[in-house]
Amino acid sequence: MFVSNSKQNKEEMLAKIGVSSFEELVKQVPAQLRTKEFGMEPALNEQELIRHSKELAAKNKKLLNFAGGGAYEHFIPSALSQIVNRGEFLTAYTPYQAEASQGTLQAIYEFQSSICALFDMEATNASMYEAATALAEAVNACVKASRKTKVLLAQALNPDYVQTVKTYFKHAGVSFDTVNCTNGQLDLNDLKAKLTADVACVAVANPNYYGCVEKMHEISQAVHDAKSHFIAVVEPLSLGVLAAPGEYNADIAVAEAQSLGTPLNYGGPFLGVFACNKEFLRHIPGRICGITKDTKGQRAFVLTLQAREQHIRRERASSNICSNEALCALSATIYMALLGPQGMKEVAEINLENAHILAEKISQTAGFKLKYNTPFFNEFVVECPKPAEEIIGKLAAKDILAGISLGGNDMLICATETKTAADLDAFVKELAEVSK
Amino acid sequence: MNKAEESKYMESHEWVHADGDIATVGISDHAQHEISDIVFVELPRVGDKVTKGERCAVVESVKAASDIYSPVSGEVVEVNTKVSDEPSLVNQSAQEEGWFFKVKMSDKTELDSLMNYDQYTAKNK
Repeated sequence: MFVSNSKQNKEEMLAKIGVSSFEELVKQVPAQLRTKEFGMEPALNEQELIRHSKELAAKNKKLLNFAGGGAYEHFIPSALSQIVNRGEFLTAYTPYQAEASQGTLQAIYEFQSSICALFDMEATNASMYEAATALAEAVNACVKASRKTKVLLAQALNPDYVQTVKTYFKHAGVSFDTVNCTNGQLDLNDLKAKLTADVACVAVANPNYYGCVEKMHEISQAVHDAKSHFIAVVEPLSLGVLAAPGEYNADIAVAEAQSLGTPLNYGGPFLGVFACNKEFLRHIPGRICGITKDTKGQRAFVLTLQAREQHIRRERASSNICSNEALCALSATIYMALLGPQGMKEVAEINLENAHILAEKISQTAGFKLKYNTPFFNEFVVECPKPAEEIIGKLAAKDILAGISLGGNDMLICATETKTAADLDAFVKELAEVSK
Repeated sequence: MNKAEESKYMESHEWVHADGDIATVGISDHAQHEISDIVFVELPRVGDKVTKGERCAVVESVKAASDIYSPVSGEVVEVNTKVSDEPSLVNQSAQEEGWFFKVKMSDKTELDSLMNYDQYTAKNK
């Protein structure tokens, strides 16, 4: 709880410093910058503030949600919030002092272990902010390790991730090329044609932004044949049914792990994952937790490989990331522990089933057509009889978020395990109505 | 004279031992003692061109990551993989087994401006 300084506290501090007043302390600051009016309303007391907040919150509309595109609505078991909201976890600080942070560090270690098991990769860090910067860091690691300056990005990557990656490297002497898509999947011939000797890495998402499943084994082979590095961008929950990045020899796997126990939260905080093979261990950005023994031979958790980080390497560090998303990572760990391998598989299967039932129903609705004839996980693209924006607008009035417009008449629709048969039918009924 | 006594030294504690055209480079026993337990050495690659006085490697100890500067210019012809596998070798035998890399020198006269063993030892008393 924040407790502000009392008048007495302030007087004691000023006296100790040796100034007569706060104004004298800040006299170096130009007068016109010192006192500003911010035009704020008078402060509210706790009761008034709660009432005001409730009035604002009441303006929210909860829509029946069929939008995905990198942020997914999933059911979060109640046990999760009970654990993650415990004060010891909720207010714990960054674990730089190992002897005072064993709980936090063990949680991070469990997160890392769970991710390595789920992704079938050898190493991972304590998490990243979200998938976009995790992908940028993966590209960074490949560029630094290979000393090559060309990067290939699949056309079907989340456009937000691509924009972030390109911003990261804007002045870093790295050039980008796009690998085209055919029928919703990466064009292998286009990939092979573009895999010149100067390509540091290739990044492909699975499922991709269109929801389609990619031929990751073949793509990985082609990339390695060309002596380049393969970055897989994966959806963690889909690993209940899809091959894990380790199975197709991805060098680095990144992900948005919001789908593992973090609510949509109006866009954040989310949870980035960066997993890789031992070859990249010293190129991993951010925090890594390790396990060791203390002077009494007891098991102890510590932050390790810290000499990579900027507080030691300064400008020679490969990345400026020195943080993680501890609480979201804890949520993901609890989620994976509560579900276990069997539960993860079952949830993924329900997602797969719901999306396929919905896709079938929509494709049988007059005017609607599935755009790609390609396997998909829990999202798919539909060609609508009218502009997608228009349909989304009309359905919002019926408390349904129909999907994401991909431009023109194309819409990206998602169905997770949160949708019942009745939900699917209600949605399809409204879609039919709006297309008349 | 032993190898340490035959070597030339930089102010930044690198030693170089020349054998014909080939110069072997490492860090001094004094340096390994100062930086404490070494956990990783990032070596240059065979084929890399190095320039006298420029950064070419990194030594990571439990305390810090320190840049290593090349005492001579030329091309890296060999790196000591034993030091990659077992970094503590540098602490144990900095000026013998714990060498970092060998350079085919492009200009042997660059050695002339370096300190000899007596000068280096005197400076670090």
